[in-house]
Amino acid sequence: MSEAIRVEHLNYAYPGVDDTPGVAVFTDLNLTIEAGTFVAVLGSNGCGKSTLAKHFNSILLPCGGKVYVCGLDTSDEELLIRIRRNVGMVFQNPDNQIVANVVEEDVAFGPENLGVASPEIARRVELALKHVGMYEYREHAPHLLSGGQKQRIAIAGIIAMEPQCIVLDEPTAMLDPRGRKEVLDTVKKLNKDKNMTVVLITHHMDEAAQADRVVVLHKGQVAADGTPREVFSQVELLHRIGLAAPETVELCYALNQQGFRLPLDQPSIEECAQVLFNTVKT
Amino acid sequence: MLKDITLGQFFPGNSAIHRLDPRTKLVMLVVYIVALFVAVSWVSYGVMAAFLILAVAISRIPPKNIVRGMKPLVIILIFTGILNVFFTEGSHVLVSFWKLKITLEGLERAFFMMIRILMLITGTFLLTYTTSPIALTDGLESLLNPLKIIKVPVHELSMMMCIALRFIPTLIEETDKIMSAQKARGADFETGKLMQRVKALIPILVPLFISAFRRADELATAMECRCYHGGEGRTKMKLLRYMRRDYLTYGVGILLLAAIITLAVFGL
Repeated sequence: MSEAIRVEHLNYAYPGVDDTPGVAVFTDLNLTIEAGTFVAVLGSNGCGKSTLAKHFNSILLPCGGKVYVCGLDTSDEELLIRIRRNVGMVFQNPDNQIVANVVEEDVAFGPENLGVASPEIARRVELALKHVGMYEYREHAPHLLSGGQKQRIAIAGIIAMEPQCIVLDEPTAMLDPRGRKEVLDTVKKLNKDKNMTVVLITHHMDEAAQADRVVVLHKGQVAADGTPREVFSQVELLHRIGLAAPETVELCYALNQQGFRLPLDQPSIEECAQVLFNTVKT
Repeated sequence: MLKDITLGQFFPGNSAIHRLDPRTKLVMLVVYIVALFVAVSWVSYGVMAAFLILAVAISRIPPKNIVRGMKPLVIILIFTGILNVFFTEGSHVLVSFWKLKITLEGLERAFFMMIRILMLITGTFLLTYTTSPIALTDGLESLLNPLKIIKVPVHELSMMMCIALRFIPTLIEETDKIMSAQKARGADFETGKLMQRVKALIPILVPLFISAFRRADELATAMECRCYHGGEGRTKMKLLRYMRRDYLTYGVGILLLAAIITLAVFGL
């Protein structure tokens, strides 16, 4: 499998203001994300999740080490536009990333910047809006839509650029449960149908549980890396760095503390119920 | 409460005027205004009025809406009228008292002035009622494009207008939220003397400005992420294209201007 993103010995510190020293975020971070996978990046506040995301499309440049996306070096200014069209980014606040006051005009913003021909833009906008299920809202004003809908418009705006990789920086943090589900379903569909590489930065365990791979960051280092089952079964490690495992795993863990011997690699509710049922039966 | 403010005055519709190219409408408005200032007599005003009434009829904008839009301007109209009645020199004195006199010329001039302002405003309304803000910005950008030669940042200006339009409702919503938050903590915006009320606005404006700057910062990052790098090499999804009705409208505009100028030359 080819690599979508490769982080090599990344070293980054936020520059200090006046005389205060800068804050080091990463000292030596290594991470590779394969093309076509759905990766969730987890971590408590201040662990560098968003900072890492900003390295993926040259918003921030490494102080040391290298970041490659689709084989392109992010610190090469010549490649800037190519990098950004290949790695689309969706942010937390949907209001602050919508540019135009008509939905379809906003989705067209990215391809317009890339200088795509007009009929092709119209085609891409239509496809992107259909993909996120917002086609019937194409002539609406964005400020009248719900948070989940706005976030889907923002995702459509990225899809219209036809990137290979999409990075979502806590896209559901400001949404209600329904909006969260809408956005997550859209992202999963994107990964499955278009085989797009998805990097989802989140602090919701249930969202991370749906990914192919979970990377846990702590103090600028990879603390755990593997499938959701592998990562979530390390309950003690998660607790130590201020995170909680999904509730199902937490339940089994708490029962184990009381002398049970339940497996911890069953994050879904059905599996957990089955495990409990079997235990109670015997 | 604040949400009720209508943005621009766009009145969606599908009349012939709605479908005109925004550039045509903008140029027509300029032609119309020039003609209005060239017009000097009853005859030429009659021609202008006929043109305007025809345009309003075609646009299918209910005249009620136009009249409603006039309301805030009544004071200016009355003021213009009074000034012209009393300060126009003339020989046919009708009434005279103290140092003021009302002359026939004064009355006539005041009447013309008021009609001119009314027609001017109605014409502008017709443009904003039938053109969406985005079409208007696009039209302006395309019309002003030649100014790029003398280094006028046309694209940047239209982008700014577009973003401003986009964020007005968002910021209004935010203002509402901040006001509620301050009220919940005992702030009082409705009573007190004028100075007190003005001072009460400070706790609204400060957070509003801070959040506006934060938004601007985030928006700039999001725009960069979507490969925005100025107007160079940028394309448009919806190209402005002149249709037959646009050429026809230009024809009508030229005819109108020619007619009014001819009338003015003959002193009519």
